Amino acid sequence: MIYSDKVMDHFQNPRNVGVIADADGVGQVGNPVCGDMMTFYIKVDNDHLKDVKFQTFGCGAAIAVSSMVSEMAIGKTLDEAMHITNKLVAEQLGGLPKNKLHCSNLGADALHAAIKDYRKKQASGDEAETAAPSLEASEGCACPYCEGPLDEGDAEYCKACQIELEECPSCGGITKKGDATCVHCGEKLG
Amino acid sequence: MTRAYFDHLSAAPLHPEALKAMMPFLGEEFGNPQSLHSYGQKAAAALDEARDQVAGLIGASAEEVYFTASGSEANNFAVKGLAQAHPGKGRHLVVSAVEHLSILNPVKSLEKLGFSTTTVPVDSAGRVDPGAVERAITKDTALVSVMTANGEVGTIQPVAEIARACRDRGVLFHTDAVAAAGSIPLDVGEMGVDALSLAGDQFYGPKGSGALFLKKGTRILPLIEGGVQESGRRAGTENVPAIVGMGRAAAVALAEMENRKSRLLPLRDRIIEDLPRAVDHVMLTGHRSLRLPHHASFCVRFIEGEGMLLGLDMQGVQASSGSACTSKALKASHVLLAMGLDHATAQGSLVFSLIEGTTAAEVDHLLEVFPPVVDRLRKMSPLYTEYLKEKAR
Repeated sequence: MIYSDKVMDHFQNPRNVGVIADADGVGQVGNPVCGDMMTFYIKVDNDHLKDVKFQTFGCGAAIAVSSMVSEMAIGKTLDEAMHITNKLVAEQLGGLPKNKLHCSNLGADALHAAIKDYRKKQASGDEAETAAPSLEASEGCACPYCEGPLDEGDAEYCKACQIELEECPSCGGITKKGDATCVHCGEKLG
Repeated sequence: MTRAYFDHLSAAPLHPEALKAMMPFLGEEFGNPQSLHSYGQKAAAALDEARDQVAGLIGASAEEVYFTASGSEANNFAVKGLAQAHPGKGRHLVVSAVEHLSILNPVKSLEKLGFSTTTVPVDSAGRVDPGAVERAITKDTALVSVMTANGEVGTIQPVAEIARACRDRGVLFHTDAVAAAGSIPLDVGEMGVDALSLAGDQFYGPKGSGALFLKKGTRILPLIEGGVQESGRRAGTENVPAIVGMGRAAAVALAEMENRKSRLLPLRDRIIEDLPRAVDHVMLTGHRSLRLPHHASFCVRFIEGEGMLLGLDMQGVQASSGSACTSKALKASHVLLAMGLDHATAQGSLVFSLIEGTTAAEVDHLLEVFPPVVDRLRKMSPLYTEYLKEKAR
């Protein structure tokens, strides 16, 4: 099996799957063009994550990562949760195959996006606005440097950064062409 | 647990007769076919027999068959070797959009050497229009390559018509028959092809066995240069056990083709009919009738292929998928995208390919365990939630 027992356990019995209808924050990252898509819902009480739920479209690793992130996040303060890194998640899962490391990048990102969404709403004082995550907002692949959208089917150039990009042969993530190492997995690039 | 293996295209079991034929050549009959002594001559005789058997499977004569180490090698050999064998003839290539990567990547390499390529599109069933191939041919065209049948969606191409168009224009035509050879009748004469690739492991021969048919008198540049093996067109000591196994498997495939087809066709059709009934939003990919007799492929909406493969495997069912997550390169299948499917749908790709021993009970088992596997993943999918919301609106 390409996955660790821990990954398979979280894939088979994912924790905290679902939607929180009256969520305090919602975060969505990725899209089907790039492979995976995750939506995280959080419920906040006294600056702590009282509940976290997720939905994931993606491979076994993506599902396991989401499950692990949700488990790690529940009960933590928002600041603590912001410190959950992708690397930490992969470690907790007993490692991921190299070409699946980019899946673990999405998990923590989606959680952080939900926390940012919550904080934004707090700042604007507009609690009524629990907008549903917009699928349109994340259409197409994103540049790993500026997070701006890349043209569909052409993940090789970011117009905003004006840099050439390439797919990392190890992890499949999009990284800058000519760099010595991949921005996602740290593997040496040809 | 009931086991149900539906991944013929990735690997099929070695036919017992092929194994039996191979055994002496993994043991006491270790001679090199190029040696003059009795050990060598025994191996050479076995090679001759295997060449006859493989030629028989495709209606070729023995001297038109060149052994390779895989279907991919045969494809590389054909594309690079034929395109570059006629320096005066032109530097334009025509391929279909759904070719295997062992065709498309050599074509890319040739582009770096100055060749240009026209990629002919396919319709939503994955079929190539022979007229479109004909229109793509220019006076500069060196080679046309269109596959006999596609492994991912099972669609069979109108190869004889395409070959005729090429012949009329005096252009070489190669077909990648790796997914088709051994499963459907092929006759290189009737098809009118100049070159054809096949692989032994697709018809219950051993892995690491392949061959290129090359019509008598066709020039080709070797891919592997060295000694005089394979008439100097493919150097390297012959893999005698693998070749013998492929030969035996070819003979069995020829004898058993109709039997296998009449047994597998109803089972395949049950999967094609009943799987979309068992689960909503499942669509057949590829052509309904012009498809390989052991092949059923689908896209399951709102979820991704790898999750389904893992879920099915836990229930004893093995299949494969063309989803981005499943491929090591993490790219969505170029075949499904060429057929006009969007990325999200293509991610839900699922391929069931039956083997000789597939039983009705195994198909029952698949149809029983499939719905809960899909259901579980859809409950987790934000795309499905979104769809349900839209529907309720």
